Amino acid sequence: MSGLFLSRLTLSHFRSHKRAVVESDARPVAIYGPNGAGKTNLLEAVSLLTPGRGLRRAAAEDFVRRPESLGWKVTANLHSLGHIHEVETFAEAGGARQVRIDDKAATQIALGQIGRVLWLVPAMDRLWIEGADGRRRFLDRAALSFEPRHAESSVTYEKAMRERNRLLKDMVRDPHWYGALEQQMAEAGAQVLANRRLAVEMLMSAQTEAATAFPMADLSLSHPDTELPDTEDGLRDALADNRRSDLAAGRTLIGPHRTDLDAVFRAKGVAARDCSTGEQKALLISLILANARALEQMIGMPPILLLDEVAAHLDEGRRATLYDEICALGAQAWMTGTGAELFAELGDRAQYLEVTDDAGTSSVTMKEAP
Amino acid sequence: MATDDSTADIERLIELMARLPGLGPRSARRAVLHLIKKRQLQLLPLAEALHRVGTTARECLNCGNIGTGDVCGICASEKRATGELCVVEDVADLWAMERAGVFKGRYHVLGGTLSALDAVGPEELRIPQLIDRVAAESITEVILALGATIDGQTTAHYIADRLQDVKVTSLAQGVPVGGELDYLDDGTITAALKARRSL
Repeated sequence: MSGLFLSRLTLSHFRSHKRAVVESDARPVAIYGPNGAGKTNLLEAVSLLTPGRGLRRAAAEDFVRRPESLGWKVTANLHSLGHIHEVETFAEAGGARQVRIDDKAATQIALGQIGRVLWLVPAMDRLWIEGADGRRRFLDRAALSFEPRHAESSVTYEKAMRERNRLLKDMVRDPHWYGALEQQMAEAGAQVLANRRLAVEMLMSAQTEAATAFPMADLSLSHPDTELPDTEDGLRDALADNRRSDLAAGRTLIGPHRTDLDAVFRAKGVAARDCSTGEQKALLISLILANARALEQMIGMPPILLLDEVAAHLDEGRRATLYDEICALGAQAWMTGTGAELFAELGDRAQYLEVTDDAGTSSVTMKEAP
Repeated sequence: MATDDSTADIERLIELMARLPGLGPRSARRAVLHLIKKRQLQLLPLAEALHRVGTTARECLNCGNIGTGDVCGICASEKRATGELCVVEDVADLWAMERAGVFKGRYHVLGGTLSALDAVGPEELRIPQLIDRVAAESITEVILALGATIDGQTTAHYIADRLQDVKVTSLAQGVPVGGELDYLDDGTITAALKARRSL
């Protein structure tokens, strides 16, 4: 198999794991064990093989195993389109997260160019009913999977906006300074918007073309209060025109940082936020699978999927369907659940890990199919 | 090194040397030991040079370059009054430009880049002086040689916006001389492609 998968994952002093080594092939990885054993920590380690703060959005010092506090390290052999990359990410005690790819220091953005990792965690169950932040992050992760340089544009936009917000808060009136920052925000912001639109288009077309049992969502981007221009010039002019209200508010009120992702359950024509909990979860699974299919079309390999506690919320039939679709896609999905029986439908199409806890230290054991 | 009163001065010198860019405690110890062994040839001339620079070095009142007089040699030279003014962030950038030996005009050292978060505004950056100079010295072109960072580019946009009545250019960004495309990052290749020119 020449897709994207990990053949080896090593955790050292990472959260509850003192040392864990997982040898795997390209098949899905089913991880089971009691609550608090350290299953999600394995998924979180894999999520750090992409740019950003991982699936819990944690800071580098939060990954440190206590009480030792020695720093932490995650290493992986990442198979990507026939190449094997040795990827390391680590932090010394109190230091920032660092990345090495094939023994050379690299940036986090470089991680996005060799691997793609998407995830679904229980914290996202309320994605459709809580604030727009979570939905933007979800959309940005999809955009990043299609366009690895999305991270750079986002960072540039955020930095220039923080500078502009400081000017607004300090009631600075220098129009040239605002103009210089708005130019930077417009350049990066137009790129951010273009990447997000691409992500929505890709997700929509992947849903339409797929034979899937999961419900389809009609996606669109919206912006509060006003229509947001999506060209660099339009964005720059809109920011300049809005200075007076921004000064009154002490922050930037328009721009891609306010964009929201709207979803409608297509079969019922009901907004995702008004759907039942189960339907909302099914929509998220559907979008993750669509993202994976679109990537498979685009770069020739599906991403690595991290599905935390995904089985618990699905009935037996839906679970079997999900597993069938993952296997058909050929994605290495890392999935967690409290018991081996939750993965029974996978049979020998997956590999199994049992995670147990012994006085605060996790232990990982390879198991046979249940 | 064990310390007592007899070695306190040397220990102090090592501590001071270790604060210099590029030096750490180990390399500072090695340098100090080397200087002491070569007292006549290196230590005393170095001490004298440090003392002289310490008492005479100052910023050029005109451009912000470092020299030993009120006005630096470049600003004092009539030959450098070409009408071109190169704006740099720091004296180190001015020295880099001078090493290349290609630019024949004068400089203006900003002393940093705009950063609202670090409370560095135009007044802290010798930007008002730049605007005055452009008028007073009959400048025909301002060349912005600022870093390709967010703050560097914000500063470049700011200056270009303030200097509407004079030609403002910036250094090209792209493939370095002697560089191979294979070794360039995506951002540099994108910048180089955008700034391509006819042959």
